[in-house]
Amino acid sequence: MSVNQQAHAGPPYGQPQPGYQGYQQPAYGGQPLPGVPQSQYGAYNGPMPGYQQPVPPQGYFPSLGFPSKGSPVSLNSDTSSLAPNFIGSLRAPPTSGAPPPASGASLPSGHLAYSQFGHGDVQNGIPASAAPMQRPPASQPFLPGSAPTPVSQTSTFQQYGPPPASVQQLSNHMAGMTIGNTAASAPPPAGLGYGSPTSVPPVSGSFSATGSGLYTPYTASQGPPPTSVSQGLPLAQSPFPGQPVSAQRPPAQVPGFAPPPSSTGIGPSSYPPTTGAPRPPTMPGPPLPGQTVAGPPTSQPNHISSPPPPSAMSGPHPGPPMSGLHGPLPPTHPPQPGYQMQQNGSFGQVRGPQPNYGGAYPGTPNYGSQPGPPPPPKRLDPDSIPSPIQVIEDDRSNRGSEPFVTGVRGQVPPLVTTNFLVKDQGNASPRYIRCTSYNIPCTSDMAKQSQVPLAAVIKPLATLPPEETLPYLVDHGESGPVRCNRCKAYMCPFMQFIEGGRRFQCCFCSCVTEVPPHYFQHLDHTGKRVDFYDRPELSLGSYEFLATVDYCKNNKFPSPPAFIFMIDVSYNAVKSGLVRLICEELKSLLDYLPREGNMEESAIRVGFVTYNKVLHFYNVKSSLAQPQMMVVSDVADMFVPLLDGFLVNVNESRTVIASLLDQIPEMFADTRETETVFAPVIQAGLEALKEAECAGKLFIFHTSLPIAEAPGKLKNRDDKKLINTDKEKTLFQPQTSFYNNLAKDCVAQGCCVDLFLFPNQYLDVATLGVVPYQTGGSIYKYAYFQLETDQDRFLNDLRRDVQKEVGFDAVMRVRTSTGIRATDFFGAFYMSNTTDVEMAGLDCDKTITVEFKHDDKLSEDTGALLQCALLYTSCAGQRRLRIHNLSLNCCTQLADLYRNCETDTLINYLAKYAYRGVLSSPVKTVRDALINQCAQILACYRKNCASPSSAGQLILPECMKLLPVYLNCVLKSDVLQPGPEVTTDDRAYVRQLVTSMDVAETNVFFYPRLLPLTKADVDSDSLPAAIRNSEERLSKGDIYLLENGLNIFVWVGVNVQQGLIQSLFGVSSFSQISNSLSTLPVLENPFSKKVRSMIDMLQVQRSRYMKLIIVKQEDKLEMLFKHFLVEDKSLSGGASYVDFLCHMHKEIRQLLS
Amino acid sequence: MATYLEFIQQNEERDGVRFSWNVWPSSRLEATRMVVPLACLLTPLKERLDLPPVQYEPVLCSRPTCKAVLNPLCQVDYRAKLWACNFCFQRNQFPPAYAGISEVNQPAELMPQFSTIEYIVQRGPQMPLIFLYVVDTCLEEEDLQALKESLQMSLSLLPADALVGLITFGRMVQVHELSCEGISKSYVFRGTKDLTAKQIQDMLGLSRPAVPIQQGRPLQTPEQPVISSRFLQPVHKIDMNLTDLLGELQRDPWPLRSTGVALSIAVGLLEGTFPNTGARIMLFTGGPPTQGPGMVVGDELKTPIRSWHDIEKDNARFMKKATKHYETLANRTAANGHCIDIYACALDQTGLLEMKCCANLTGGHMVMGDSFNTSLFKQTFQRVFSKGFNGEFRMAFGANLDVKTSRELKIAGAIGPCISLNAKGPCVSENELGIGGTSQWKICSLDPSTTLAIYFEVVNQHNAPIPQGGRGAVQFVTQYQHSSTQKRIRVTTIARNWADAQSQLQHIEAAFDQEAAAVLMARLGVYRAESEEGPDVLRWLDRQLIRLCQKFGQYNKDDPNSFRLSESFSLYPQFMFHLRRSPFLQVFNNSPDESSYYRHHFARQDLTQSLIMIQPILYAYSFHGPPEPVLLDSSSILPDRILLMDTFFQIVIYLGETIAQWQKAGYQDMPEYENFKHLLQAPLDDAQEILQTRFPMPRYIHTEHGGSQARFLLSKVNPSQTHNNLYAWGQESGAPILTDDVSLQVFMDHLKKLAVSSAS
Repeated sequence: MSVNQQAHAGPPYGQPQPGYQGYQQPAYGGQPLPGVPQSQYGAYNGPMPGYQQPVPPQGYFPSLGFPSKGSPVSLNSDTSSLAPNFIGSLRAPPTSGAPPPASGASLPSGHLAYSQFGHGDVQNGIPASAAPMQRPPASQPFLPGSAPTPVSQTSTFQQYGPPPASVQQLSNHMAGMTIGNTAASAPPPAGLGYGSPTSVPPVSGSFSATGSGLYTPYTASQGPPPTSVSQGLPLAQSPFPGQPVSAQRPPAQVPGFAPPPSSTGIGPSSYPPTTGAPRPPTMPGPPLPGQTVAGPPTSQPNHISSPPPPSAMSGPHPGPPMSGLHGPLPPTHPPQPGYQMQQNGSFGQVRGPQPNYGGAYPGTPNYGSQPGPPPPPKRLDPDSIPSPIQVIEDDRSNRGSEPFVTGVRGQVPPLVTTNFLVKDQGNASPRYIRCTSYNIPCTSDMAKQSQVPLAAVIKPLATLPPEETLPYLVDHGESGPVRCNRCKAYMCPFMQFIEGGRRFQCCFCSCVTEVPPHYFQHLDHTGKRVDFYDRPELSLGSYEFLATVDYCKNNKFPSPPAFIFMIDVSYNAVKSGLVRLICEELKSLLDYLPREGNMEESAIRVGFVTYNKVLHFYNVKSSLAQPQMMVVSDVADMFVPLLDGFLVNVNESRTVIASLLDQIPEMFADTRETETVFAPVIQAGLEALKEAECAGKLFIFHTSLPIAEAPGKLKNRDDKKLINTDKEKTLFQPQTSFYNNLAKDCVAQGCCVDLFLFPNQYLDVATLGVVPYQTGGSIYKYAYFQLETDQDRFLNDLRRDVQKEVGFDAVMRVRTSTGIRATDFFGAFYMSNTTDVEMAGLDCDKTITVEFKHDDKLSEDTGALLQCALLYTSCAGQRRLRIHNLSLNCCTQLADLYRNCETDTLINYLAKYAYRGVLSSPVKTVRDALINQCAQILACYRKNCASPSSAGQLILPECMKLLPVYLNCVLKSDVLQPGPEVTTDDRAYVRQLVTSMDVAETNVFFYPRLLPLTKADVDSDSLPAAIRNSEERLSKGDIYLLENGLNIFVWVGVNVQQGLIQSLFGVSSFSQISNSLSTLPVLENPFSKKVRSMIDMLQVQRSRYMKLIIVKQEDKLEMLFKHFLVEDKSLSGGASYVDFLCHMHKEIRQLLS
Repeated sequence: MATYLEFIQQNEERDGVRFSWNVWPSSRLEATRMVVPLACLLTPLKERLDLPPVQYEPVLCSRPTCKAVLNPLCQVDYRAKLWACNFCFQRNQFPPAYAGISEVNQPAELMPQFSTIEYIVQRGPQMPLIFLYVVDTCLEEEDLQALKESLQMSLSLLPADALVGLITFGRMVQVHELSCEGISKSYVFRGTKDLTAKQIQDMLGLSRPAVPIQQGRPLQTPEQPVISSRFLQPVHKIDMNLTDLLGELQRDPWPLRSTGVALSIAVGLLEGTFPNTGARIMLFTGGPPTQGPGMVVGDELKTPIRSWHDIEKDNARFMKKATKHYETLANRTAANGHCIDIYACALDQTGLLEMKCCANLTGGHMVMGDSFNTSLFKQTFQRVFSKGFNGEFRMAFGANLDVKTSRELKIAGAIGPCISLNAKGPCVSENELGIGGTSQWKICSLDPSTTLAIYFEVVNQHNAPIPQGGRGAVQFVTQYQHSSTQKRIRVTTIARNWADAQSQLQHIEAAFDQEAAAVLMARLGVYRAESEEGPDVLRWLDRQLIRLCQKFGQYNKDDPNSFRLSESFSLYPQFMFHLRRSPFLQVFNNSPDESSYYRHHFARQDLTQSLIMIQPILYAYSFHGPPEPVLLDSSSILPDRILLMDTFFQIVIYLGETIAQWQKAGYQDMPEYENFKHLLQAPLDDAQEILQTRFPMPRYIHTEHGGSQARFLLSKVNPSQTHNNLYAWGQESGAPILTDDVSLQVFMDHLKKLAVSSAS
């Protein structure tokens, strides 16, 4: 978005632009060169190289920091904060007097960091601010439309991008490409920036100080900014309007920012000195830069203020700055507004700028030059790069307050991390469907060019918050739901009634269908049916139809489903107390089987099986005094020994079941049987359901590799030596195709399998998981299960799994309007053809990701429609259709696409895509492909949407500025880059888990939430502000909580106050804390209560009960914990965020060159 | 003749043996000319009130190929303490225990009255008897309930230390574990899949673990005998448990019957756990096997079970496979010394035809009834556990019958509930009659009435005549497990005189036992009928009869009227006449199952019962005198008579027309006609007497003139009056039979004609 805006801005800057463009181009030229050097640097260095060349590449080499610096460039694009700094320095000074402050406050650290990297970079970044320039143009047009704030951060980055460009331009113009540039921008800023940056990092607090420092350099540059500013101003005017919008949210911050302005003021001053000095010397460009800078700076500041501050500090700040900026810095603002606008969705308008974008990229050259400066190898300031925390916070504050109304086509919903209400006005709630982009390229060429995958993440049975209404159930009578004659799409709000309501035209295939007489209704003067508001299928995005018998298997209404509990009673299971635990739990759990809303008791019948290497079925018929056990030893040819009495109603057979559950642990108490079978267990369940002619779910509790002689027998094939070889994929593939065939049978019967694993060693999750996976079931794994520590987790999972809403025997089809087609599906299901997703069971947590491809052109006018129809059997045995409709916009401009993307969804798709890829390709290939695709996405943006900027500058679309950090998390996840301690089973487990995750889950899974507990306000319900996942962010004196959806870590610093330890753990000193705790002790003090309630709250949010692990700083377990600090370099070789950003940048530059 | 009759009776009572010829033709050629083979009916365990078993081991001939038991026919040298084997002439030392032997101090086995003697030997561990119930649950509720009750009741009849097991089947087969407390446990098998004994044992967890589970762990407690008998527990321990279990048996919801697999599992279970121990597998089935190996008919009701017609047309598509399945099972069972009883109660056929070998080869019972809820079944079943005069169960197990002959004789074969042990030896003939090629047979289960037919062959050549006064000898050695679990050996040694057929034909003729001969020939005929076409067997029987008549009749050539038979042969043709009409050879009007059932019993009952089966006996009750046996002839059916017919399988009480009218008029309730009441009661009492003792209990039919059930009587009597000759015979009396069958008179006329014909 912002980028686009920037680009747009560019045009407005037009004046400058021309120059820029000119420059940029040259800059590009320069970039390529840098590119060569890059190779020297190595992947990450890549970006650096460019820089190095200009300067002393070698110097860069030595320090990764440089690369990072290179990345810093990227930072520009990424973090608004950086941008701000840059901006501040470059442009801000003048315009941003206000902004800088803002940035100063929030971003200071960022700025610092940036400055460090590059001052040169920064400068570059600033140049990037060229973006601002772009923005201005964009913003101008856009400004009105969109609220700047949200985007602002990115925009700032973008801006940075541009600025660099400008810088580059400058440099280029100025003198010899590199030297001039480098010398000028790099050296000075670098020196200054770095020094200050490091110190600065402190962030906002320190910012002012550091910021000032930084700023000063910037200010120097500011000098030039003014020029830009001026430019900006003109542009800004229009932008301003936009800003106001942004301002709305930020307001609070604004005040804070206000001060910054002062800083900005300072900044400017400072700038002049540092940067000013260097730059000017380097280039005559100064003026230009100044212009650009100015533009950028202002914009940056704005952006910064708005974006960075928001992120770092808070939404408000940015706002204020913005506003402040706007007021003061109209020129700068323009860009921002533009960005913001884009963010808001007005982007589409921005298109104009695009041309400019082209120019923006050139900015990179500046980097090259700047890198030069970096020579003083130093690290890229992590604060200067896009911060997920910031983005999340911004979105939360910007969009969390008002309900999301789905009436408008192609609206990008708030982030998954934001709490918001949804009002269904014709499109499905984002809780049901989220798309990677809400604006679809009209042609496949565009789509290919952008490389942005078009995918929807669908969670058809998602649980809604109590405030939102469940889909209404519509009964169209005996003839069934009204559907299009040709494509069979179901009646939905987009169907067009014509001929006075006698017919309707299908919104998917345009076929005209007669309205059945019983469904006829007159139209009002607007062409709407009179009963529009009475019929959910005409007015809502999501609703359900009651299916007729035609929709049932064998043309018979289904029987209520059954749950079969199948318990491993081999030695291990008995010895660990598992069997007893399960039996005890089932006694009460059976009263909570899912039931249809108003029913008094669940219609679900239950059955019980225990097994080791033979199976034991139980007759629990209500008329029996005692349960009867039936042993089936013929595991080679499984069958169900009884029908009557196996599946029973819980209430009727209560006493018999209770007696059975009492006796099972006793009966097997002395078992010596260690071998187990597995496939026959599933077969048994399947057969039972077949006999009973119903769908259902098997809950299998299993402990070991099934080595007993039976079908589906497995051997231990775990071999870690295969990692990083071409054969690594075999670790993810099932050992035998037997389970695939079994899964197919299960699906045909509607037999869903949920698997609870309790392994003490390798048990081949990859193979055992095949059936659960393909039947839409879940796998739960409790390695080294111990009653004391794991029982809560297991029981909670079990309870939730048993109680949660689930549909059976489900078939899902996604229909789309002409032009696109669902081509690929990811998730836990089985497909017997290319269109129908079949799931034996589908619960409220299961998500299916669907990818779309073009098969024709789309039109901007009509947009694109999705209709996801899920036919399923409810837990009471009612056959239903759940329909979700979603309308999307279509665009002919890439900028629109980039402005309406959703990175979280994108990551969800990419992760699933990659995780499936490992089944067939070497992991390395998959990783490379991922990186490559993302690089292409970003490169395309840079090339087509961003305003001209130095090649050395990394420019990220506002909507995708977190793409690199998240992508890096995916790349270094256990599946794609396993550490030595990660078992093969863990990888297979995670692989399958991720495949069914929704966006919220993947988001937190890949980028865990890290909360400083000691900062929690014990008096409120709210969570403390999250911090970024890096060890640097941890203070020895604090306690932190980290959660990723599977685990919760409580990290205790060595210097934590004894009082805190006492109140949380009930022990008097750090050393006395036991790290074997699985729960926190219940202590009656506010802190303990607060922490425990926080944990409870988190547990509720996740579909699985997370394992609580206490980690003491400098303890052995800390290694494990550090694995989740995903912004850091990982032990297994995963890149740090900064390094990866540099690498991405290099890749992009390579693509662009 | 009286002497011979007495002799025969005496011998039968003492030794349980009846020979067709009691004086033996001395050469092979002559023997073949006698038409009726030299053969005997042996009842190995004939109840002997006066036979206390001796408590020591028999003394055996030391020649390895002989091993005959010391018997009264042996020559003993008391001084040298030697005895000469009368079969092989080997001279043997008496064992040390016999040191005190002398002419006045003889061991029992040397005394003539102990030609049959029983030894109790103390060898090997004594294993308790085993009863394994294999119960069909695919029954009507009412039937199942009745069956459950019978089974529960039977628990009290079993020996207290007997082991009992339970297998139930329907669509699945369940082997119930009886040892567990609380929850009842069973192992379930698919009813469609045949399993090897090894698989069954593995699946039941009966196989010994090959390797100790872990090395470090102390070896498991020594061989738990419990493990092998988890499914077979002493009655006294688990009778409560089992009673409950039986009570809770549910009807099988799937109308499929896996009898084949159920039996297979029962066999496999015992095979693995208690080989060569007396064990009864008792199969209770309420219908034909409808699935899996051994299925006899498909489960679709529209397909009826095979009939004789289908079999002739080769339309019985399951029959061969099923028969093969059950034969394999029967042979395995027999090899293990176990037996299979079949209690089949259903209105339609239950597949006895296919399953018959299970009972036939193992000595098991076969009971056929209409429903488990009938007294026929209930009492029959109860009678399985009846006890003899000495309080012992009338059942024995795992018998091994060894027949030894003197040199002039060889053994041609045996017919009865036994299988060959393939013991070749010098006394085994190459010509087989019945189950031949061996001198030893295994009878897995037998009771005091179990009777085998054993056929011999005289091998002495015509030119090497037997010295005058020489005697041929046969020794039957039956080792068996007594119901008290003792191991016993019963030894019967008999001898008969040789006679030269040319010079002494009248001796031989006089010593002919026509009853035994009829039964022996009938057994041969029935045995053949099992494998040959019915008409062929009849022709063979006819030819034999004609030849016999030619040989022993007195007639002038081509003058039928001159034909006479001596008294010892006089009844024989009549037996043959009825035999030809019996269900053993005629399949008309009988289902394949019924035929199998009748033949089964015919092949194991003793002579008296067999004769009843061949020629039912008919008693008449009237005011004209005491009850009297009357001819089995339609002329015996008179209006003022009550008839009581015993066909062994049925007891029919038939009220003549007048009697029936009287009864309807209620005269029996009037005090002045008390004699009528008594008359009505008399046959009932007599029938009751028969019903009390017979096994299996006969079908009891009370009918009257014109009643539909009267057909049982009408089909048996000699149709001397039919619709064809009714008037020719005048108004003599009796009831015309609507049949085209020839009457005895016609039969005899033909016989005479053929016998005297010089053409044949």
